[in-house]
Amino acid sequence: MSAILPPSERLWWKQPIDKVEWAWIAIAFVWGMIMFGMMIYWHIYGKQNLSNEAYKTTPEMFAAKAEKFVAENTIRIEKGLNGEDIPVAKVPAGGAGYLIARLWAWYPILELEKGQTYRIHLSSLDYNHGFSLQPVNINIQVIPGYEHVVKMTPTKEGTYAIVCNEYCGIGHHSMLGRIYVK
Amino acid sequence: MATTYRTCPVSGLQFEDQAEKLMRWNAVAGVLWLLVGGITALLVILTRWPAIKLLPADQFYLILTAHGIDMLILWILFFEMAVLYFASSTLLRCRLATPKIAWLGFWLMVVGGIMTNIAIFQGESSVMFTSYVPMQAAWHFYLGIILVAVGALLGTAVFFGTLVVAKRDRTYQGSLPLVTFGALTAAIIATFTILAGAGILIPTFFWSIGLIKEIDAQLYRMVWWGLGHSSQQINVAAHVSVWYLTAAVIFGAKPLSEKVSRFAFLLYILFLQLASAHHLLSDPGMSAEWKVLNTSYFMYFAVMASMIHGFTVPGAIEAAQRRKGYTNGLFEWLRKAPWGNPVFSGMFISLVSFGFLGGISGVVLGTEQINMLMHNTFYVPGHFHTTVVTGTTLAFMAITYLLVPVLFRRETDPAEALPDPALPVRHQHVRSSAW
Repeated sequence: MSAILPPSERLWWKQPIDKVEWAWIAIAFVWGMIMFGMMIYWHIYGKQNLSNEAYKTTPEMFAAKAEKFVAENTIRIEKGLNGEDIPVAKVPAGGAGYLIARLWAWYPILELEKGQTYRIHLSSLDYNHGFSLQPVNINIQVIPGYEHVVKMTPTKEGTYAIVCNEYCGIGHHSMLGRIYVK
Repeated sequence: MATTYRTCPVSGLQFEDQAEKLMRWNAVAGVLWLLVGGITALLVILTRWPAIKLLPADQFYLILTAHGIDMLILWILFFEMAVLYFASSTLLRCRLATPKIAWLGFWLMVVGGIMTNIAIFQGESSVMFTSYVPMQAAWHFYLGIILVAVGALLGTAVFFGTLVVAKRDRTYQGSLPLVTFGALTAAIIATFTILAGAGILIPTFFWSIGLIKEIDAQLYRMVWWGLGHSSQQINVAAHVSVWYLTAAVIFGAKPLSEKVSRFAFLLYILFLQLASAHHLLSDPGMSAEWKVLNTSYFMYFAVMASMIHGFTVPGAIEAAQRRKGYTNGLFEWLRKAPWGNPVFSGMFISLVSFGFLGGISGVVLGTEQINMLMHNTFYVPGHFHTTVVTGTTLAFMAITYLLVPVLFRRETDPAEALPDPALPVRHQHVRSSAW
């Protein structure tokens, strides 16, 4: 009789389905398959995909590699928001750079060249953090113990901000970083 | 224990004494958590509003954690227990299996909920709803949630038991009513959701008291979302059942096809939990293949299920209205619907906004490449408030207008009640645009 009573037809599974309902199911199914196909298509032919390369690491190992990178590539020192010194590291053209997320800063400041492709190694030394590059708006989760190798090719010069968009404690909203593209 | 029944003179529904009391207590406890969650929501908004900026950072994060836990877990789980008891005992005209265990479950949930809130308001557990490790909350934050989960698991077990009792005592003929079938899918999803929660929160609890040294941060995220996302899928199955219930009670609507609607519920069980993966789309630890397969809900079969319900519920209402003679034009059935009745208007707004705002925004968010533009941005609270608030909460509030006169034997004046279902929607519009 109705949805709060047992089906009036005892053999409800033998009742035919109306044409309108079939049509709707078919539309929904085809739409779903198109969306499914698009995700795969975009992986093969799309110009912007998330890098698929990651390694297990430890905060100590990653910090050591990043410090080595900073020591070898620092070109100048800049002042941070609270007056602290932050090294600016110029990533070798087409080479690898390291970016540390930690409470509550991004380290170091990276300097890139327009049109070059870089491999930026990204990891956290403590909690989860969120790499959010503004104003282009690219968002990547940063997880301690995992080293994510993000391939990027800057297409426009300028100063980009890195905002942390994963809650990481009391200083979360003040966790800002920078990338320069020359 | 003697079983006593009462037949409600207004609705004709038959209530068993113990089940009715459990429904009342669970629903009232749920609404009290909704009140706490609503107050914290107000504080969150007044802080995010740049002109006011009410709270300093530490208090804001504390309040936001409480808001997430009290709304997403406590309000909804308590109310869903009431829905489960209604869909089993009342609709099947059957006594509740083991009411004592149902009460044990209720009190475990009460104690657990209060314990977690104490942990949050003590200030050492501002870890958000997600509580990603290695950020650590106080031990009783985790223990409280575990108790709530165990309590809810007992409630679902009583629901399953009641279905068995009804079958054995032949209190109904043929198959389960569709609404009970929908509640059954919600209960099945709840079971594996709670098991996923136990799988991660119990080790995390041991970690918080020092018995386990470390929990892998990526593994935590993966298993935790088996709880965090799937628990919202319980809501979907539950509020879709409530839609069918409302259509049946207000219009006497008959499902267009029992087969199609039940099959759609079945798709929820099989595929909804894969959607947990759409929280991990920009994580380093999973491959692109894994992400594509899972976040498409395995080729969007669960999305298809919601598309079907979004068609068959208004379709059933239309068919019922046309039988009553509202056959002019395409939309007379809708224009002449009882919009002054909050049970209907709340349910219909829930249906439209869950489908168009919540559902579509969620499917968009679940595409790997688009997710990179939206992960952890304000788009995300915009999406889940249109699912959980204008979808689930509004459907539950609407059905409350049906149940209050029945359960509490009070008259409500529909005119007086009318502004309320619109309230969360207005709040929601503020929220969607502000976030």
